[in-house]
Amino acid sequence: MDSRNFTFMFYGFLAAWLILVAYVVSLVSRERKIKRELDSLKSMLEEQGRK
Amino acid sequence: MREKLIIVFSGIAAILLARNLGAMFLSLGDEAQQGAIYRIIFFHVPAAWTSFLGFFTALVASVLFLKNKNFRNDALAVAATEVGLAFCAVNLVTGMFWGRIIWGIWWTWDWRLTSMLICFILYGGYLILRRAVEEPTQRATLAAIFSIFAFADVPIVFFSIKWWRTQHPQPVLWGGGSIDPAMRSVLYWNFLAVLLIGVVLLLVRLRQEEVQREIDALRREAHAI
Repeated sequence: MDSRNFTFMFYGFLAAWLILVAYVVSLVSRERKIKRELDSLKSMLEEQGRK
Repeated sequence: MREKLIIVFSGIAAILLARNLGAMFLSLGDEAQQGAIYRIIFFHVPAAWTSFLGFFTALVASVLFLKNKNFRNDALAVAATEVGLAFCAVNLVTGMFWGRIIWGIWWTWDWRLTSMLICFILYGGYLILRRAVEEPTQRATLAAIFSIFAFADVPIVFFSIKWWRTQHPQPVLWGGGSIDPAMRSVLYWNFLAVLLIGVVLLLVRLRQEEVQREIDALRREAHAI
């Protein structure tokens, strides 16, 4: 019972951190996508401005 | 300024977490009846408080958006909802691991558990609703109304263990339950750490929403040309 008790506590902590890490990973990938989109839009507008 | 805040808060949260984990495993012994699993409370309860604070922030921002139609409030509402939802998931999952050992089951349709699950589904629905509406003003208005409606579940979650007979333990703070002062101190310190993580995530998400609005404005400019 005691080792099972400790194991489940460990899994509980692990699950909590995995959820937060998954959310952070989603934030990082969204950040990259947004930056790429912003850069391409800015360069497109600059090109159109030069024409 | 915001970048500095993100770095400072992240640093403080990391130091606090290291200190709290040390206290949880080195200073505090196992609980007499529950054994080691009681330590789940140090993340389970702060995750619930942080998610409620996130949903409350979303409520205030939604009311302000409906009042003044300022899109900054809409950005704050969506950022706070997303962060609140992540911590709501942490609360539900950690509770399931605790329940498996103490109750012998992963889940029961108890008032507290069910109302928290409804809370998760409602705010998940809020994010799905935002994806479904294209026009920004309409999207923000509908989402704000939905957010106000969804918050009605939060007091039900909070008071469910007082209003109805439930299997969930009574609150260890401000309620019928009790907690050792040393454990209470670690709980408060870990709430601060978890809250700071929540604030950092909120600031990062808020910045993304602002950049997204800049992209939308540039797109409109590109279409006009």
